[in-house]
Amino acid sequence: MHPSTHAYEHGTDQLLRPLLLSLADDDFMLGYRDSEWTGIAPMLEEDIAMSSVSQDEIGHARALYEISVEMGRRATSDEEYGGSPKTIAREVDALAYGREKTEYHSSWLAEHHRGDWAFTIARRYLYETADEVRLEALSGSACTPLANVLTKVRREERYHTMHLRTWLDRLAASPAARPRLLAALHSLWPDALGFWEELEGEDSLVASGAMPLSSEAMRERWLTRITAELEEHGISGPDAGLTPRTGGRRGERSPGFEEFWAEVTQVYRLHPGATW
Amino acid sequence: MVATKTITPEEEVWDALREVDDPEIPGLSVVDLGIIRSVRSGEDGIEVEYMPTFTGCPAIEAIREVIEERLRPLSERVSVRVTWEEAWTSDRISEKGRERLRMGGFAPPPREGLIELRRATKCPYCGSHDTQMENAFGPTLCRSIHYCNGCHQPFEGFKPL
Repeated sequence: MHPSTHAYEHGTDQLLRPLLLSLADDDFMLGYRDSEWTGIAPMLEEDIAMSSVSQDEIGHARALYEISVEMGRRATSDEEYGGSPKTIAREVDALAYGREKTEYHSSWLAEHHRGDWAFTIARRYLYETADEVRLEALSGSACTPLANVLTKVRREERYHTMHLRTWLDRLAASPAARPRLLAALHSLWPDALGFWEELEGEDSLVASGAMPLSSEAMRERWLTRITAELEEHGISGPDAGLTPRTGGRRGERSPGFEEFWAEVTQVYRLHPGATW
Repeated sequence: MVATKTITPEEEVWDALREVDDPEIPGLSVVDLGIIRSVRSGEDGIEVEYMPTFTGCPAIEAIREVIEERLRPLSERVSVRVTWEEAWTSDRISEKGRERLRMGGFAPPPREGLIELRRATKCPYCGSHDTQMENAFGPTLCRSIHYCNGCHQPFEGFKPL
């Protein structure tokens, strides 16, 4: 893939990396976590839906990793930009599976185990609404390849948000499900706020236009939106003084990550360089 | 005197592409699906830009390879590239492509920019609008599952995107 004209030249891949990887790693982790519902979701329709949504997330991660790989190639090679699709696919795999745990930029919100169905829906609701705000802003990024991919991804994500909002409505209205939903939201608020942790080099990312909005500005937009939405269900947003749980964007991994990671990377570690 | 290379006419490339079917929907060519963004043929060979339907489609590389394979006899240098510079939308499916979908038992996507899940989809078997969506998600990312109350036939729809 050739990104079209863009403002980013030599060296800028390092600047863009935390931005591209935070987006990609989030989708990658969550895609894996929720794909664990395949075969055991509460009903057949949800089995298919959750598998499909997870496949989307993994695909979005792949497209974003590709941009990161290509940016890196641009910066390190004087040859005409490019590489064979197979070479790029191998580099994407290395990025997805081959980094040290501290080199990931995912939010803890995306890393958690799927939990029960109410937890899955609560987490996905917080994630999808946050992602919606993030994609909205970043599809205007000065990094053209990123803006292009996100414009496409946004259209696909509408199915996710519609699906999630339907489930939120249902669980919030069910006497049996509502307490579980509320408990899950309560436990997740610090991670949802931590999702918006400032990225490495964010000042430069904002100044260069790669991020049209800062993480803080996006968080405010997201909070306003979901607070109003949750209010319709009689659910209150996070307490004003709540401390965000941060660290994910800077290499700290959530509890339980070790075990999860061992499973995700098992095949890659057994057969380095394998293609499938 | 510069040696002249044979240049394949672009129309010939398009004709060849019309013979390449989507792997999931036999009879529906990549041209009618609207995923070919551009074709360029010149002294440097053939260059094709291909825009995938869904970002997460697992068939992206497989489709790229099938296209490349089909064009190889036409030129010494064939390059098929995936592009995101322009987003594929379901409005790019041609009239013939929509007919092929119907013949394959798939409801073509509604022609409108906005995704609307509650709209009744016309049954590709009996034409009834008395149908219901069973699932917005289906066996592949680009398909949804429906049921026709008219002829009691389950069917799939191609998602609007």
